[in-house]
Amino acid sequence: MEPMRRIMIAAVAAAVAGALPAAAQDKADVAAAEKEGSVAWYTSVDVKVAEAVKEDFHKKYPKIDVEVERSGSERVYQRVNQEHQSGIKHADLVNTSDSTHFIEWKKEGMLAKYVPAGVDKVPAEYRDPEGYYATWRATLCVMGYNTNLVPPDQVPKGYRDLLDPKWKGKLTKAHPSYSGTSLTGTYAVAKLLGWDYFEKLAKQGVQQLQSTTATPKSIASGERAVMVDGNEYNMFIEIDKKSPVKIIYPVEGTPFVSSPVAVFKDAPHPNAARLFADFLFSPKVQQFLVDKGGVRSVVPGVKDPAGRTPLKDIKVIPDDPAGMLPQVEDIKKKYAATFGGGK
Amino acid sequence: MASSGVTLRGTGARSFDPTVPFSIGMALLLAALVLLPLYWLGYTSFTDDARHFTLAHYHRLAVDRSFLEPFWVTLWTSAAVGLLCVAFAAPMAWLVARTDLPGKRLLRMLVLASFATPPFLGAFAWVLLGGPNAGLLNHWYYALLGLKPFEATPLVDIFSAWGIVFVTALYTFPYVFTFVATSLDLIPSELEEASAILGAPAWRTALDITLPLVTPALMAGFLVAFLQSMTLFGPAAILALPASIDTMTTKIWSLFQFPPKLGLAAAASLPLLVITVVLLRVQSAIMGRRGYSVVGGKSTGQRLIRLGPWKVLALAPFAFVIACSVLLPYGVLTWTAFVKNYSAPMAGNFSLDNWRFVFLEFSQTKLALMNTFALGASAATAGTILATTIGYLSLRQLVWGHRSLAFLATAPVAIPGIVLAVGLFLAYTHPPLVLYGTLTIIFLAYLTKEMPVGYQQVASALKSVHPELEDASRIFGATRLRALFDITAPLIRNGVIATWMFIFIGSIRELSATILLFTSRTKTISVTMFDLRESNDWGPIAVLSITMLLITFAMIAAINFFNDRRLA
Repeated sequence: MEPMRRIMIAAVAAAVAGALPAAAQDKADVAAAEKEGSVAWYTSVDVKVAEAVKEDFHKKYPKIDVEVERSGSERVYQRVNQEHQSGIKHADLVNTSDSTHFIEWKKEGMLAKYVPAGVDKVPAEYRDPEGYYATWRATLCVMGYNTNLVPPDQVPKGYRDLLDPKWKGKLTKAHPSYSGTSLTGTYAVAKLLGWDYFEKLAKQGVQQLQSTTATPKSIASGERAVMVDGNEYNMFIEIDKKSPVKIIYPVEGTPFVSSPVAVFKDAPHPNAARLFADFLFSPKVQQFLVDKGGVRSVVPGVKDPAGRTPLKDIKVIPDDPAGMLPQVEDIKKKYAATFGGGK
Repeated sequence: MASSGVTLRGTGARSFDPTVPFSIGMALLLAALVLLPLYWLGYTSFTDDARHFTLAHYHRLAVDRSFLEPFWVTLWTSAAVGLLCVAFAAPMAWLVARTDLPGKRLLRMLVLASFATPPFLGAFAWVLLGGPNAGLLNHWYYALLGLKPFEATPLVDIFSAWGIVFVTALYTFPYVFTFVATSLDLIPSELEEASAILGAPAWRTALDITLPLVTPALMAGFLVAFLQSMTLFGPAAILALPASIDTMTTKIWSLFQFPPKLGLAAAASLPLLVITVVLLRVQSAIMGRRGYSVVGGKSTGQRLIRLGPWKVLALAPFAFVIACSVLLPYGVLTWTAFVKNYSAPMAGNFSLDNWRFVFLEFSQTKLALMNTFALGASAATAGTILATTIGYLSLRQLVWGHRSLAFLATAPVAIPGIVLAVGLFLAYTHPPLVLYGTLTIIFLAYLTKEMPVGYQQVASALKSVHPELEDASRIFGATRLRALFDITAPLIRNGVIATWMFIFIGSIRELSATILLFTSRTKTISVTMFDLRESNDWGPIAVLSITMLLITFAMIAAINFFNDRRLA
């Protein structure tokens, strides 16, 4: 069944490509997508960033509605799998900040092979060699603080500093059972400092939030002074909004978090999904994501705005989905035992 | 009652009477609605993945600290909520029923406003008010005393077990207050007057005479508050998780993280069910015994105790409760909806961005609003029809087993929302009926959950209608059903409309069951707000909260309108 469909698609594509100039094939795609009329996008990106991307797409293709389903990476994973198990075909394409999801989904045969336009130029480490998924955006899992609440000479330099008793009751952290970024970050820090680092951290009375999009908002509102983990991009957004916050790149290293995008094999709107995937990787959207959404782009040619520390000047801990995958359940379990809020 | 039985037999079969099959259908539907989820709950809790009998789930519950601790937290916080409610409700109800306190009508109305506020919404508001460092109350407190956040102890730390107790008590309090106030209304004041004549001061009379008389109502109130607190998901998830505290409801919810641990979730649900059933039996034993023979019809001409200069002091507890449950939360939600940053000063902070975002940009709003309304309206309509039919059949004793019908219709009171959701999830995720992912499964949850409310409403309305008019229509050849829908239903029309609206209000605010049953296409407003909370998007949450409150109060105004017409 599936191979047949792929062969047919390939045959049609070849025929069209042969008969018409390249632009025409693009158009044919658009027509099919417009006929489908909508696309369901499950993502863990900040809800306002997601809605802005949607608006942009809708402006370009007014006949196609984008339905944004935003939740934390691990929650998106749960919903996708729960729906898949129950035979509900609703999600067209997906984006989470936990790269292990994509390894799992690919293994389960849930993903469609599709290389969005321009992704062939993305460095090889940011895309699946077989073309099932590619890093749409990346962020760093950073620390941060509220400048009204922490005097300049007191600013913690890294993770170890947070164990100082003076931070008791002043910290906030996201939850690895909810957030892929937090999971990636927690894995990297545990590997670096050992699990007993977190056992000590738990004694500091950490405000336990869910999402790494929530922790920057918590320190921006002044609810807590220092953030143990949070999205660098939400920090940039807060800084652009003139919130009293600053980023800390921990001396021990800053975890790098890839957020891939993939199209589902059972997507009810396959053409719209592919069109939307193309759109997501287009230079314009990538530049927008970097400028307004604060993310790091792996697409060549996209420029960081002035004032942001370039990646090359930051001690980055690369993500390691294959290494993390067998440990995911264990991390979540240990974390819940230490900080609550899990199975 | 007897005459209706006679006419039923007297009319004979002229043409096909759909009453019997219709009644049987309704009864079976009700039975399936209540029993199927419970069956699956029990079955799943005792079987492993290979469907073999096992006690492993219960064993894990009994030995695993990560379950025992939430269980303990749930028990003590619920008990604390019960005690707190009673401690406030008893004197306040006494003040309203026995003294010349000014503005009683308004006070009762404001207490009802807190009743109409969904507890999870109150919890949202209290995060904004009572966050230890950014919460507005703490801001004011620090500013007033010249203290600094973090250095001083906050006035309120809402992210704590006591935070859940406080917020849950605020929104459970109206139940207890109403219980006690009603009970006091029914107790004649002669005994108290006798005590006063014999020279006892007012406080002595209240403690020695009145208090023992309302003890049953107080105990019942305590139990209801306990049960509410034990089964609520919203306040626990919003206030306790950030403090790394789990309760049973948050624990059951996290068992649904992928891959879901259904056996464990079912086993963890059953203790809640058992506790509820036991406590409700205790409650009905207390309320039903009526060992105090003075509790009878309402006596006339109660003498009110004059408060004199104590009036101001007497108003203080009302001011406190109403401020905490209604005024401050509504205020802070309105503020947050209209500013960029709720913890920043007013200057340059005003913005309509949140409203624009929610109603123009956010793609979930339209779907969630539509789902919420569709679910509310269909649950209310189906619930009203089912409740009216069941109420009619059981009160007029028309079918064999009418008592068990009444029992089934009120049984869901004993099924906590989240437990019901676990049961429904288990019952309808495999063939023959795969309903997971549809609005139907959420509809079933609401219908089941609201059935007791609907039944009670309809039953009280039906009791006020004498069956002679139905009998007349029956003599003229109408079937039972026709008599019900053409004669009785119009007579109790206002009661029916009120039932519809009660179910509607109960449905649009539901979170505890919906949280386990929704999928991306079947989100409701409450779940959407919960999703937004996980990323701390307070502005949009505030906008949705205000929208939900406006809808609820419009409905309540409509109910009052119909009730007033009933009197006219």
